[in-house]
Amino acid sequence: MSTRKRFATIWLGGCTGCHMSFLDMDEKLLELPALADIVYSPLMDVKTFPREVDICLVEGAVNTESDLRMLRSVRESSVSLVSFGDCAVAGNITAMRNTGGKKAALQSGFGSMGEALAVGDDNPLPQLLAQASPLHQYVAVDYFLPGCPPSAELIWYVINELLHDRQPVLDREKLRYG
Amino acid sequence: MSEIRTLTIDGEMISAPAGATVLDAAREHGIRIPTLCHLDGLSDTGACRLCLVEIEGNNRLQPACVTRVEEQMVVRSSSPRIEKYRRMILELLFAEGNHVCAVCVVNGHCDLQDLAYDVGMDHVRFDYLHPQREVDSSHDRFVLDHNRCILCARCVRVCDEIEGAQTLDIAGRGVASWIVSDLEERWGEARSCTSCGKCLLVCPTGSLFEKGLRHADSSRKADFLRYMVNVTRRQK
Repeated sequence: MSTRKRFATIWLGGCTGCHMSFLDMDEKLLELPALADIVYSPLMDVKTFPREVDICLVEGAVNTESDLRMLRSVRESSVSLVSFGDCAVAGNITAMRNTGGKKAALQSGFGSMGEALAVGDDNPLPQLLAQASPLHQYVAVDYFLPGCPPSAELIWYVINELLHDRQPVLDREKLRYG
Repeated sequence: MSEIRTLTIDGEMISAPAGATVLDAAREHGIRIPTLCHLDGLSDTGACRLCLVEIEGNNRLQPACVTRVEEQMVVRSSSPRIEKYRRMILELLFAEGNHVCAVCVVNGHCDLQDLAYDVGMDHVRFDYLHPQREVDSSHDRFVLDHNRCILCARCVRVCDEIEGAQTLDIAGRGVASWIVSDLEERWGEARSCTSCGKCLLVCPTGSLFEKGLRHADSSRKADFLRYMVNVTRRQK
């Protein structure tokens, strides 16, 4: 039986910027598969979220019903869940729609079609939740990694600590929002 | 000759003139107490509560900026209890407004951000209120973004105490309080405003800023106050 760590990343209601910063880790991306099996990520072709994941980075706020379902299943399957980036940690840009309400957000995005999207159960798009929220409002979060996006160095620091069973500590030097 | 008081801060014997605040005395001796609404050169109001300290014999935490030194006073500027409350205060400030650092002009030059880094605030445990607040850009040169306002009233005090214009004030109560110009007019229509821009320089967040400001130019220069106050004193 393999003792290699099983690593995953996922994005919910975000702009994918955190994953772009993840890709900016450059040569560390080559070190990662040496330390862990990457079992799920938007950057690879896997359809369903696997079970028994050791570390999962979750980008984005909980914005739609589908985000929420996904987050709950990630939580169930993962030992360490990391709130990855400002949207996951604090709602950030995704949650700016909360001040005006769901209807106004749909209208500004889809114009006159917005109304129909807000009420229809039969439309193909995932339904927006009343508010976009940080992950920890729905599930227990083990580690918080703020930043918009977090720097590649910081992402690597957190991943590397967790893969070596150490606790990442974001002190004054490492913490950054925005 | 002014009277001298002897007290202890964090186990250190300290003397300070009667009438000095605990904050003054601590700073004089190199003991750092975090502050947000306090600014050298302005009167103190004890609004933000970040400078809370423990004083022996008193079960309640006291704001160092408005607590006067007393003979034999024993002060602690840091303890698990104080740290707990400081972080909680900062989290509440973030939850109460719309502090979206990613789209804020002073991101990276913000007192509120700095203090949150100091206490290791990696997330906010409270529900964000997402209040609906306005951005007043009616002034020719300046913008007042109520979303970022933490009601420290530094702008209100500098407008009154240094510029003497008394344009800015606080209206409303509690969480619904907000900064107003003149009699709740748009800032651009406030006739008492001299457009001096001092309020922008003292704002600890991105609530007050100059139009056309680039993010890279957004560093604050609140130090100008100490200079101005010294000059004014000398003239008197």
